[in-house]
Amino acid sequence: MIFDALLLQLGYNATLVTLGAALLGMAAGVGGTFLFLRKRALVSDAISHATLPGVALAFMVMVALGGDGRNLIGLLGGAAISAAAGLLLVSWLSSKTRLAEDAAIGSVLSVFFGFGIVLLTVIQTMSAGRQAGLEGFLLGSTAGMLRSDALVIAVSAAVTLALVLLMRRPLTLAAFDPEYGTSLGQNVPRTDLAMMGLVLAVTVVGLKIVGLILIVALLIIPPVTARFWTERTNYVVLISGLLGGVSAYIGAALSAALPDVPTGPIIVLVGFALFLISLLLAPQRGLVSAVTRHLGYQRQVHLRQGLLALAHGQPIYERMTLRLLRKRGWALPDGVATPEGKGRAAKAMRDETRWQEIRRDPAFEVAASRYDGLTEIESVLTPDQIIEVDRRIGRAGPVPA
Amino acid sequence: MNGAEFVPLSLVPMLTGIFVAVACALPGNFLVLRRQALIGDAISHVVLPGIVVAFLITGVVSTWPMLLGAAGAAVVAVVAIEAVRRLGRIEAGAAMGVIFTAMFAGGVLLLEQSDTSSVHLDVEHALYGNLESLIWLDATGWSSLWDWQALKGLPVELPRMALTLVVVAAFIALFWRPLKISTFDEGFAQTIGMRTGPLGLALVIMAAIAAVAAFDAVGSIIVIAMFICPPAAARLMTNQLEHQVAWSVVFAVIAAALGYVIAGYGPLWIGLQDSVSAAGMIATMSGIILGLAALFGPHRLRGSAAPIG
Repeated sequence: MIFDALLLQLGYNATLVTLGAALLGMAAGVGGTFLFLRKRALVSDAISHATLPGVALAFMVMVALGGDGRNLIGLLGGAAISAAAGLLLVSWLSSKTRLAEDAAIGSVLSVFFGFGIVLLTVIQTMSAGRQAGLEGFLLGSTAGMLRSDALVIAVSAAVTLALVLLMRRPLTLAAFDPEYGTSLGQNVPRTDLAMMGLVLAVTVVGLKIVGLILIVALLIIPPVTARFWTERTNYVVLISGLLGGVSAYIGAALSAALPDVPTGPIIVLVGFALFLISLLLAPQRGLVSAVTRHLGYQRQVHLRQGLLALAHGQPIYERMTLRLLRKRGWALPDGVATPEGKGRAAKAMRDETRWQEIRRDPAFEVAASRYDGLTEIESVLTPDQIIEVDRRIGRAGPVPA
Repeated sequence: MNGAEFVPLSLVPMLTGIFVAVACALPGNFLVLRRQALIGDAISHVVLPGIVVAFLITGVVSTWPMLLGAAGAAVVAVVAIEAVRRLGRIEAGAAMGVIFTAMFAGGVLLLEQSDTSSVHLDVEHALYGNLESLIWLDATGWSSLWDWQALKGLPVELPRMALTLVVVAAFIALFWRPLKISTFDEGFAQTIGMRTGPLGLALVIMAAIAAVAAFDAVGSIIVIAMFICPPAAARLMTNQLEHQVAWSVVFAVIAAALGYVIAGYGPLWIGLQDSVSAAGMIATMSGIILGLAALFGPHRLRGSAAPIG
């Protein structure tokens, strides 16, 4: 069943929804990257919560005009209008009053959502017996979706994705170097506005699939995950889009195949699973590689200190140091150096003296600044320089051991 | 309206609403000033998985396990956000977005997967609560306030919320000076030997306690609104922290009382049959207050600081 769903074998509607979700996920991943880079990730939370009164009002208006009230295009249109109002209010509050952006986001989010809830209770009483089904917009519901609705979602997700891809370059520039963008003649505030427009489009299209409470996750989690894998913007955009698409695809397919698995939460959880994997395993910034790096560094420090202690003929009390030295065959269990250990210790000692010499001489300032007790001196000085340093040390006095 | 109707039906929800509003607005003042306003948002989302897990473990919907579960989830969320922020070197907002959406999604999924049909536990309830259901059945009128027998039948949410309010207010009063100094000048606070880290954490925990105690009665949406809107509106009224806190309490009380009354009786006044969501209306009221403050507040603009003194 799950494989059928993943291979799009569950019928026309489920296939449309899954593909639509994948396209939406890609658009959200790419669009969300710019939001993330601009450090405005949570603005999208305000936008998505602000859609609720619009959905409810659109329903009321359509019923008042004698319609069915459940026309998806109408509902999404209403959502877009009130989301835009919420967005304008956020920027008005944070630019025209002394309130910070987070307070503006939080107040718009809660007030619009609260007002939406009020309108929902009005709708429940207004059309007694008629199931409006607007609660589906809170957490997304794709079960029993009309074919026309599935089509609307798939097409608009594709259009949103195309728009995001078209605007990739100016968005990248504005996200990374607004000053440079301005100097190239780019209207950065307008680019920001376009970015917000794209986020709004993603939010509105995602309402039916992911729901307004969780759609923000689709905009935040993929870029954050992608950031673990690369330092380059182009790749962040690419990977983030890919991750968004994959999580939405798998999530929507699972939801179609399994009973009682709502679409929005499962998509978010798939995305979060990918995030956790990246947090652990990413090559540079991942947890595992950070721990390995730290342990390696620790080993290096212990070895270095152990060798210096051997060179001075001091006893080694530190267990880890002794163990490391023994494992390399540089010391015996009682802490006495082996012949090879003696050689290593002498070299460590000599390098330490060389370092001290060049740190005294301003001419070697650049090289000496690399001193951290671990860097090999051969990696900062040429052989000729080392000979020169050794000659000076020789004049100053014999190198011990 | 007479006491025989008002006391049993409306007094308790109204008072609970007011207590919730004030208990959230008090720490909210500091959160807004410290640009941590969205922590309330995050906490109220992660309460859901907490109560679902508590329900799955105990198998019943009862107060203390749920409060513990919710508090546990809030702590897990705060720790996880901090961990993601440090380990991944990700800015706080995005880290918050990752954690609270994932935890909320987990909560919803658990809820859908487990059999909760026999008990009153669903996502809508967690979002906008059920203030209207706090009916005081034993009350017959104002005289019931002095009737011990009737008082014992009070909905448990009211005394619990009152206690929470006392705890939060005591915390703010006790740590007033450290909170004030560390909020406005963390560097200075550190140089005079204040431990700003634990203090900030304590503030967040206070906010979490208020949110967790409140959500059961009123749902997340009031909690988020009350953390932010009254303090934000108060911030536009004055430059002095003392006055700001006072304003925020006034705004919170007005929003809660007015919101409840309008939700309960407003539709009747304009000829409709049924009341609307009180939680939603209280949030809406707080938004209207904030809107008015943003338009007319004496200190609404940046740099409108009065001379110090």
